[in-house]
Amino acid sequence: MRPLFDARARPWLLWVGFALVGLALTLLPFALAQVGTTWVRIANYAMLYVLLALGLNIVVGFAGLLDLGYIAFYAVGAYTYALLASPHFNLHLPFWVILPIGAAIAALFGVLLGAPTLKLRGDYLAIVTLGFGEIIRIFLNNLSRPVNITNGPIGIARIDPFSLDGFSFGTYDTVLGLEFSAPIKYYYLLVLVALAIIVVNLRLQNSRIGRAWEAIREDEIAARSMGINTRNMKLLAFAMGASFGGVAGGMFSAIQGFISPESFVLVESIMVVSMVVLGGMGNIWGVILGALLLSFVPEILRWTVEPAQHALFGRMLVEPEVIRMLLFGLALVLVMLFRPAGLLPSSVRKRELAERSETPVGHGL
Amino acid sequence: MDTFLQQVINGLTAGSVYAVVALGYTMVYGIIQLINFAHGEVVMIGAMVAFTIINALAPAGLPPLAVVLIGAGCAVPVCMLVGYSMERLAYRPLRGAPRLAPLITAIGVSIILQHLALMIWSRNIMAFPQIIESRTYFIAGAAITTVQIAILAICLGLMGALAILVYRTPLGTAMRATAQDPQVAGLMGIDVNRVIAATFVIGAALGAVAGVLFGTYYGIAQYTMGSVLGLKAFSAAVLGGIGNIPGAMLGGVLLGLVEALGAGYIGDFTDLCQYGFLAGAISACEGGGHFILAGSNYQDVFAFIVLILVLVLRPQGLLGERVGARA
Repeated sequence: MRPLFDARARPWLLWVGFALVGLALTLLPFALAQVGTTWVRIANYAMLYVLLALGLNIVVGFAGLLDLGYIAFYAVGAYTYALLASPHFNLHLPFWVILPIGAAIAALFGVLLGAPTLKLRGDYLAIVTLGFGEIIRIFLNNLSRPVNITNGPIGIARIDPFSLDGFSFGTYDTVLGLEFSAPIKYYYLLVLVALAIIVVNLRLQNSRIGRAWEAIREDEIAARSMGINTRNMKLLAFAMGASFGGVAGGMFSAIQGFISPESFVLVESIMVVSMVVLGGMGNIWGVILGALLLSFVPEILRWTVEPAQHALFGRMLVEPEVIRMLLFGLALVLVMLFRPAGLLPSSVRKRELAERSETPVGHGL
Repeated sequence: MDTFLQQVINGLTAGSVYAVVALGYTMVYGIIQLINFAHGEVVMIGAMVAFTIINALAPAGLPPLAVVLIGAGCAVPVCMLVGYSMERLAYRPLRGAPRLAPLITAIGVSIILQHLALMIWSRNIMAFPQIIESRTYFIAGAAITTVQIAILAICLGLMGALAILVYRTPLGTAMRATAQDPQVAGLMGIDVNRVIAATFVIGAALGAVAGVLFGTYYGIAQYTMGSVLGLKAFSAAVLGGIGNIPGAMLGGVLLGLVEALGAGYIGDFTDLCQYGFLAGAISACEGGGHFILAGSNYQDVFAFIVLILVLVLRPQGLLGERVGARA
């Protein structure tokens, strides 16, 4: 992490900074609610992407394993929650029971994916993870027959909102004259979870495990000869990244109240990868920035481009969704061409990407 | 036994198309070790361009074969141009960068191409006009249509032509030299950049034809068709040994067979399977979804399972040489 200012010289500045950020995060939903509750929802989805991007950052950024099927773990978490807290199986377990189960199952899937792919090189790994993500989605789509588990493409509806001791996140409340709508409640929960995950990430990064991951990313053979158990470390990276994805999935399920395999398509995985890449692989703050940018900018575009087109041409020429996707694609290409370490590069990663490897040597056609 | 033979015929037809697409992946990989993620989109663009032309010319009363040939004839140069531009703009500046950089760029190029296609052709599924009179022949109880015969013949012809190009011409020699060692090839007077660009262009041309064939076979084309087709073809290339041209051909045909036989026998408990391609496409259109075309039944799982099994058990593929474990 790059220090923004020297906190050791003036420790109080750090606390002032924290207080300001905290205040801004607290007030944000009310400010957004003034514009429209939609924007609070958008903020919530942005937070979900932050969670996902942070989870994927462990796999891609820290351990250097490009995972293009990350959304599968999100799906596993989401379906775990949906199946255990909806009328589908008539199970209604509380969320604090399900989220750890979801995280554990997602971690298990992470290991299942990681174990056979341990020996694969970066680009092969990317394709296998992509295939894995698609397999999960295809199964979600088809496991409605012969026994109806996932309800197929129709998806699962009427998923329970989070509730704790009579306090439901799904309802509208007025506390001290302030209006707390469901999205605002979820917003605070998401911020708390995001903070927890950020802390875990920060602590991981400078831990024995984090350094081991970094070593593996730099040079796996050297790492192994230094006594690092590369197999376990890689599996751990997969499992941890997956479990974060699982938690995010569970929250997504509850916030949305409805899930279907449509939400877990390949494009979603690629979006999360774009966020990590754009922000700066391996840098927590960069990744958060990437996730926020790629969540909010398309929404802002959606709200400006559409009226602008109506005003200019009298009809909509380009759908905002298309612009959004073009933006993702361009972000990936332009970042790789001009700023390969991302907007806020991690210092190590920057050094690494600056060194150009020698021309690749082929193996014959 | 009928089912078996029928599925073998269907599998060979689809597999030969996979093989032609797989050649595009394998040639690029053989030369610059890049998984050209966007190759599937090139195939899609080929199919879309050809379908547009064919649909426009269909009422004109030209002979059907001429219409299809004109369609393919327009698709090939468009795809060659797309192939060349993506190499020139997106991949060449990154040559020599760490491996993941061009791969991520390729993903970006793929998204861009797909959504440009969406802008041009909208989400609608384009149908192949009923102009070709398909005759069906029966061999030992299994049906084979004229379209299938034509696809098999064209794919065989393309593969033969490519083999001659790679193994018998100066350009092919230059390609093989570059694939072995670009630096030394450069010292021998080969313009490495030109050879790499040529590889992309040839792969894209093959992809364009494959797109037309694939679209004709299933009768539809949509902007999402490239991603799944591309993945399958990539799996085929890996199955045969990526970077290995005969391997890609073998892998494509084998993958087609595995898929068709798997689908033929698994069809008992997912009744969409055999024609699931259509059913999936229609539901995607109605749901307004993405990446669904050919994506929503178990048939598509086989390619990925084959891919994972090959990578785990025999990463060099069936015909590939053992490559170093490290990049």
